[in-house]
Amino acid sequence: MTDQFYDEILLDHNMHPQHLHELPTATCSHAGVNPSCGDEITLHLDLSEGRITNGSFTGVGCAISQASADIMLDLMIGKTPQEALHLAELFSKMISGEITPEELESLEEAGALQNISRMPARVKCATLSWRTLQQLLSSYLSQ
Amino acid sequence: MNNRNYKQDFPVFSEYPQLVYLDNSATTQKPQTVLNAAEQYYRAENANPLRGLYDLSVKATEVYENARAAVRDFIGAASEREIIFTRNATESLNLIAYSWGRANIREGDEILLLISEHHSNLLPWQILARETGAKLRFLECGADGAYTPAALQNALTPNTRLFAAAQISNIFGRVNPIREFAEICHKNGTLIVCDGAQSIPHIPVNVQELDVDFLAFSGHKMLAPMGIGALYGKEALLDAMPPFLYGGEMIESVTRESATYAELPHKFEAGTVNAGGAAGLHAAIRYLREVGFDEIRRREDALTALAFDGMKQIPHVRMIGADDPAEHHGILTFTIDGVHPHDVAAIFDADGIALRAGHHCAQPLHRHLGIPSTARMSIAFYNDEQDIKAFLSTLKTIRRRMGYD
Repeated sequence: MTDQFYDEILLDHNMHPQHLHELPTATCSHAGVNPSCGDEITLHLDLSEGRITNGSFTGVGCAISQASADIMLDLMIGKTPQEALHLAELFSKMISGEITPEELESLEEAGALQNISRMPARVKCATLSWRTLQQLLSSYLSQ
Repeated sequence: MNNRNYKQDFPVFSEYPQLVYLDNSATTQKPQTVLNAAEQYYRAENANPLRGLYDLSVKATEVYENARAAVRDFIGAASEREIIFTRNATESLNLIAYSWGRANIREGDEILLLISEHHSNLLPWQILARETGAKLRFLECGADGAYTPAALQNALTPNTRLFAAAQISNIFGRVNPIREFAEICHKNGTLIVCDGAQSIPHIPVNVQELDVDFLAFSGHKMLAPMGIGALYGKEALLDAMPPFLYGGEMIESVTRESATYAELPHKFEAGTVNAGGAAGLHAAIRYLREVGFDEIRRREDALTALAFDGMKQIPHVRMIGADDPAEHHGILTFTIDGVHPHDVAAIFDADGIALRAGHHCAQPLHRHLGIPSTARMSIAFYNDEQDIKAFLSTLKTIRRRMGYD
């Protein structure tokens, strides 16, 4: 269909999220709030083996925040906390329009959110899950 | 509907001829006459009001005090001493909570609010209750947004010192029976604070008929510039209240250790005032009166009904509040199955239609209704049938554009 409002990848992750569920094996969870709309997502990670062996998210949000969380988890599962934090860093570089083409490559499907930098009202939606991940991992690493 | 094109009076619609502005509950657009009045003030009438001993300052004082007289007349107050200029309804409500509240509320007292109150008529009371040990209680409504006098009667206790309610909720658009509420409150020895932010631009408001103790409203929601608003309070109450802010222009005399304060209303207007904003508010009142509330109601009711009936026919669109457009006063809050309100607003924006999505500064109400957030379109008399048609035609496309069949 030609009149779809968002990118196909984003709409697909919003309509059929793989990682929107509880995670009984989670070793840590962290909630993030988008202050502009009150939407809240909670990120659940299984870090029992020193890397993100599994992850999920719960909560409600707009298509951008839901798809962004789902895409992020696709990318992060299997990564070490350090690798994940590096990718989250690249994601904020992308949103602020400072990313190189090689760096963009490493974000895989998350590159579909690049256009959000042109929608200032939606930046907080796109970055909600990534900021939540950064907070969770930073406190995990400082323990 | 009268065919006069009111948009001609508003320069924003010449700047953006395609703009469909349906966020009037957040703030209204400004007519040329309001812009002229503010400009005229700064061009030819500006000096520090209430102070100077020269001609220009006297002029500035006149502009400012004439605006106060216009507000008094507009809301039917008994005296200009009862009209305090503030920045907006939020500041007016904070003034009551800080000044009257801290002087009168004690541990064990109760403050009663509507669950649908805007955060500006909730947080000042929440903080006051926390600081004083008073109890905050809520009157709840059903899905239609209605509150009955009987429910208020049942909720009052001998300890209820204050009841705060919006005359029109910014989510439901429904008019609350403020006059009946005031009568019930007063019989119980309870003061009533009315938030008029959403009612003042749409229906005639007379504080003496309503018999409220305080009324707060913002200029910017009634065509005036941002940064000017007002608080009405009964003179005896205001007179007994301590000042809210301290500084220049609110004193009678000051020594090293103490001060005596100016008389009403200046006791509550510390610092240099917003005379340019007051001039704009005066012009807005004049303009609203020229249009007239009969005409405003006729146009807004017709547009509300047109939008409401169209929305009801679109599958997956769910209306919040009463099932009768006459109860909405231009405020239509809704959800679309499977589409988050932020995405709804983004799609409207892409089609040049401005409306709002989120919790509309009423999170406790959204929780009470079990809905995380909503989208809201809100009408002013200068909107027209074309605006509503454009709104409905985009509304029909939203689910498809989000990937639903």
